[in-house]
Amino acid sequence: MNPADIAWMLAATALVLLMTPALGFFYGGLVRSKNALNTMMMSVSALGVVGISWALAGYSIAFAPGNAFSGNLSRAFLSGVGLEAQGSIPHVLFFSYQGTFAIITAALISGAIVERMRFAPYVAFLFAWSIFVYAPVAHWVWGGGWLSRLGALDFAGGTVVHVNAAAAALVAAAVLKPRKDFARQAILPHNVPFTLLGAGLLWFGWFGFNAGSALGANNSAALAFTNTMFAPVATLSVWTMLDLVRSRRVTAVGGATAIVVGLVAVTPAAGFVSPMSAILLGAAAALPSYYALLWRARTSLDDSLDVVAAHGVGGTVGALLTGILAQKSWNGVSDGLLFGNPRQLAIQAAAVGAVALYSAGTTWGILKLVAAVVPLRASAREEGLGLDVTQHGEEAYTQGEGAILVLPDTPGPPVPMSEPVLAPGGGAS
Amino acid sequence: MRGLTLHRVQGHGGETERVETYRGTTVKMELSEKVRLEIGVSDHFVEPTVRAILSAAQTGAVGDGKIFVLPVEKVYRIRTAEEDQAAVTPVG
Repeated sequence: MNPADIAWMLAATALVLLMTPALGFFYGGLVRSKNALNTMMMSVSALGVVGISWALAGYSIAFAPGNAFSGNLSRAFLSGVGLEAQGSIPHVLFFSYQGTFAIITAALISGAIVERMRFAPYVAFLFAWSIFVYAPVAHWVWGGGWLSRLGALDFAGGTVVHVNAAAAALVAAAVLKPRKDFARQAILPHNVPFTLLGAGLLWFGWFGFNAGSALGANNSAALAFTNTMFAPVATLSVWTMLDLVRSRRVTAVGGATAIVVGLVAVTPAAGFVSPMSAILLGAAAALPSYYALLWRARTSLDDSLDVVAAHGVGGTVGALLTGILAQKSWNGVSDGLLFGNPRQLAIQAAAVGAVALYSAGTTWGILKLVAAVVPLRASAREEGLGLDVTQHGEEAYTQGEGAILVLPDTPGPPVPMSEPVLAPGGGAS
Repeated sequence: MRGLTLHRVQGHGGETERVETYRGTTVKMELSEKVRLEIGVSDHFVEPTVRAILSAAQTGAVGDGKIFVLPVEKVYRIRTAEEDQAAVTPVG
């Protein structure tokens, strides 16, 4: 084991964990104030429920030895996950680090179903999804499964995390159906500064996500770190230009979105391409997502916070460009199309397609199963009142006026002292 | 009818109180968020205005609110100094 690797991976794990509450801020700012807490809790509760599912079974399915499609259950309940080396870091640290990925991937899906899904079925969905979708897909690409044997390049999870979550989001938005106000009323972000704060914290955390995926303090981490800084820089610049050309105004929500799109796109490529290629990749990734966002808003698909346009389109573009721009002289693993290996592009496309199909199908099955037990949708009345009050019994922005303290040990209704013991005409009733 | 003023207010109209809990502190919220509209119209616009509010604001639940129709003594439009009926007639 290597102390420098351990130190960096400790920090990287904390950085990635921070991304989930950051996502809560990013998403929370984009919804109406009556749904702010519910939306943020959809991310926060993933920290709990997916963290648990990861320890119980998810980690084993993803990283224990097994067949091409799934790990076995030999690491379930953390059996055999101790202080021994996993690569150059302790096994427990590798387990924690990978757990933060499972958490944020599941939380990403929530952007497609905000402002209308009941909370208990959401939590049940997260638990099942992290075990039956995230864990096997992570095994395919990182746990020695069939996509890794095929040679798919996914440095930090463009396919495992972003394409995977976006395919689930697409299905979830379709199954949940649009919000009652969708395309009838203007639904505006209630706190754009929150969204910018979330984007900033996501970028900060993403250094752990991408550079940590080198699993050590080494050259690969330095390359991934640099690319994680400069790809979004390019996306943000191109997005700014697109905004200027289209409407002569550079928007803040657009800026926050551009940062996320750039980060998503560079995720699969981070340790595989040169920094100049990363800048090119970031710039190219802006266009498809920018126009996908504009197009989606005119369709009847209420993917409310555009998980598909940002993570699905961005993740696919990133995965394919990884197959084009990868350079063995930088990564020591494989070249892409531009450097004489056209087969890599085909492998990348196959990986994206397979993961999207599996994720979409299984997500549909899980949602239908949960829906057979409890309704997924809040009622129209609950949707009107907002999910903060109806699902959580809290409000994001309370005035406190007219609030009456309910004392914990308040007995039943008080009996007036003057009331006669026997009611008039009293008798046994 | 084109002009109106909207206030965001808090009120209680007999609806059931919301119970909220913040870290062990449970409260009954007796005031709900409401909007109060003030609309000045000439006599023959009163009925259509009331009908419009009734059809748009009615959910059928307690707490939907009230419409009060009040006489107005005098109206001036500040921009033109027009009075009464002319002051509440939209331009153009």
